[in-house]
Amino acid sequence: MRGLVFDLAHLLAGSLVLVSFIQLYQDRLTALLNVFALHAVVLALSVAWQAFIQGAPHLIVTAVIALVFKGMLVPLALHRIIVRLGIHREIETVGGIGLTMLAGMGLVALSMVVMLKVTPGADPLAREDLAFALSVVLIGLLLMVTRRNAVSQVVGFMSLENGLVLAATGAKGMPFVIEISVAFSILIAFIVIGIFLFRIRERFDTVDVSALDRFGGGTRV
Amino acid sequence: MSLDLHAGFLVFALLLLALAAIPLAHTRRGPSIVYALAALIAAAAAVSAFLAAAGGTPLRVQLPLGLPSTGMRLRLDALSATFAFIVNMAATITSLYAVGYGRHEPEQGRCLPFYCLFLLGMNLVLVADDAFSFLLAWEFMSLSSWALVVVRHREEENRRAGLLYLTMASFGTLALLFAFGVLAGGAGAYAFDQIRARTLEPYAATLALVLALVGTGSKSGLVPLHAWLPPAHSAAPSHVSALMSGVMTKVAVYGFIRIVFDLLGAPEWWWGMLVLSLGGVTAVLGVLYALIQHDLKRLLAYHTVENIGIIYIGLGLALAFEAHRMTWAAALAATAALFHVFNHCVFKSLLFFGAGAVQTATGERDMEHLGGLIHRMPKTAFVFLVGCVAISALPPLNGFVSEWLTFQAILLSPDLPEWGLKFTVPAVGALLALSAALAAACFVKAFGITFLGRARTPAAERAEETDRFSLAAMFAFAALCLVAGILPGFFIDALAPAVTSMVGGRMPVQTALPWLSIVPIAESRSSYNGLLLFLFITFAACVAVYVIHQFASNAVRRAPAWDCGYPDASPATQYTAASFAQPIRRVYGTVIFRARERVEMPPPGEMRAARLTVDLRDLVWDWFYAPVVVAVTFVADLLNPLQFQTIRRYLALVFIALVSLLTVIAIWP
Repeated sequence: MRGLVFDLAHLLAGSLVLVSFIQLYQDRLTALLNVFALHAVVLALSVAWQAFIQGAPHLIVTAVIALVFKGMLVPLALHRIIVRLGIHREIETVGGIGLTMLAGMGLVALSMVVMLKVTPGADPLAREDLAFALSVVLIGLLLMVTRRNAVSQVVGFMSLENGLVLAATGAKGMPFVIEISVAFSILIAFIVIGIFLFRIRERFDTVDVSALDRFGGGTRV
Repeated sequence: MSLDLHAGFLVFALLLLALAAIPLAHTRRGPSIVYALAALIAAAAAVSAFLAAAGGTPLRVQLPLGLPSTGMRLRLDALSATFAFIVNMAATITSLYAVGYGRHEPEQGRCLPFYCLFLLGMNLVLVADDAFSFLLAWEFMSLSSWALVVVRHREEENRRAGLLYLTMASFGTLALLFAFGVLAGGAGAYAFDQIRARTLEPYAATLALVLALVGTGSKSGLVPLHAWLPPAHSAAPSHVSALMSGVMTKVAVYGFIRIVFDLLGAPEWWWGMLVLSLGGVTAVLGVLYALIQHDLKRLLAYHTVENIGIIYIGLGLALAFEAHRMTWAAALAATAALFHVFNHCVFKSLLFFGAGAVQTATGERDMEHLGGLIHRMPKTAFVFLVGCVAISALPPLNGFVSEWLTFQAILLSPDLPEWGLKFTVPAVGALLALSAALAAACFVKAFGITFLGRARTPAAERAEETDRFSLAAMFAFAALCLVAGILPGFFIDALAPAVTSMVGGRMPVQTALPWLSIVPIAESRSSYNGLLLFLFITFAACVAVYVIHQFASNAVRRAPAWDCGYPDASPATQYTAASFAQPIRRVYGTVIFRARERVEMPPPGEMRAARLTVDLRDLVWDWFYAPVVVAVTFVADLLNPLQFQTIRRYLALVFIALVSLLTVIAIWP
């Protein structure tokens, strides 16, 4: 039972990293949103498995929040937004896809090294989980940095949040308060950024954030 | 009185008063009421501190605030009680002065609440017993005094002074923060008890000494960190200037004593040399700066720099003697320093009160626009003269006693084993003598140009004597100057517990000696009796007056003044402050201030007036501050583009910072 428990948790967390990589590869917004939905679903599975093996039923709630909000509602809403903005066929990346993927691998390696080094005494399950979670966070950040479009930056931000949830659930005994706060932070981020997108659209007729740079007021380097 | 009562009373009373001051500031009688209450609170605190100083055993309280492991510790021992007495005694009289003077302040709402908070801040520094509370109180004191400096914020000059003060105060606190960091060590032993229990490595102790010197020196005005002091002290209202110059600089001296004498452990001999030399340079430069000032308050502020130098000379001597376990000599030097702390507090506050009274009466601070005020403001002129005599270290007033004690300590230097000290101490003694002489010249100028001669402007001609509260405060300080001058033995004995806690010994009991003389060292070569000297001076003066009036003329004779061939001279032909300072400026200023004089003579036939222009440069500013300004501007220009990045670039910066930190963790051995 112990081996199976470990392997399944490992598999799910690893899949989350894999889906993060798939996200990095997407250069169209529609596809990116679909992959993000998949990301949330995998997260929900992983959290549910953690709930099962830790015997912590409240984690099921977290899993459901992840599945419903991040796996369904948010991607659907973002789909509507990009259709309404007419940018669902846009292609936008900074730097080559291959290069970005290589950087992502570097980040995974880095988080492995860091995590295995700083947590020698911890439970091996938690250690691996934390390493994967850190990789997901870093890849989410990388996604935000390498995209020009505000919608894909939102997606990057939310997959970063997914990594945080993974880290939080991997550790035993996370109090319920934090899950609610995490869910709320995502909701708030979604609302704020949604408004933000429409404001940009109204103002500048595009959601390409480089349009803002003209108003940065100063020299660009 | 127990400490929780003392501190709790101060905190609640002054905070409540600060709150009450906000609505009261806009009423007609409000400011006077607030100042009167502040005077009562400070008087109660002074009594409590006096009792604590006499009580002997330190009082302690630990509050459940502040740092988690340390808490907020308060302690009132002999040293802090002595300083608390000095601070609150001066605050009482200053508040009394402000009852009258404060009415003339146009922006009451900006002044009153911060005045109460400033008093509170200074008191809290004195009772803090851990690094966190100390820094908190220190910064509280700095910020509230900054608010007082920029009370008259509509003048560009005052805003600049405030900015400079804020910058220097932050810099000083930063240095103190690091000093306490070094003292507390990696384990974070921030309570003073824990720091006392530690023994530091020699290099760490030296580092802490230098940081403490920079941190407290920037608050007390040690050269080259004095640059903020004259503009800030002249920008503030005069009762605040008196507090900042007379009292706050003493709190900074307290900080230095607390760190170096109490927390740092046994001193090295060359620490004394460092402190001593800095003190000597500060004393001379301060008085030279003062000599070329024509702004009365600025002149007084530069004299604060000089007197801080004298205090640091005493402290440096005490350190040097203590390093060689010459406790009796160290006690003498420490007593001289502490006595000078008291004396300077008294006469500097008195002089600032006088300057404030003159400013209120005439609207002028520039001495070149004053003159002849002794006829219009005779009482103010008298107390100002007392202050001038005291600060010029003339017997029988108090300034003489403390400087004489400092000289007595300097004369003990041949007993020191190190040749470095054997040579440095007499050199510093020469600097001290020079600064004392120059200070006398400077105050002849300050008093003579301001109060004697004839009025140079209509404003000075129409001046009125100041109100009775201000006069009462000034006479109180003048009386203290006289009492401390003729009965120094009582004061020296009162300082003994504080001196014992600094250097582990005390001067011989002075009040037991016959005829109230003081003898600094038991088997001494020298002694001083202020009372006899005072009686003699009074007697001799009376006899001289009698003889002159009896044999020369017993009637007041009125004759044309300055009648050197110009029977109807204008007041502009009088001796001016600039002409008084010229000889000294020529001797020292040519090197120290790069003084250059230019005479523009119009060619014959042209009706233009001739002009004499003097250029002065502040080399401290050129050498210490200008490079810092250049460096900061350079770095700011380099970092400026960071202000105008795209969102994605900001994200990339965060990302790169995160990844590089993680990389550091990964490859750290």
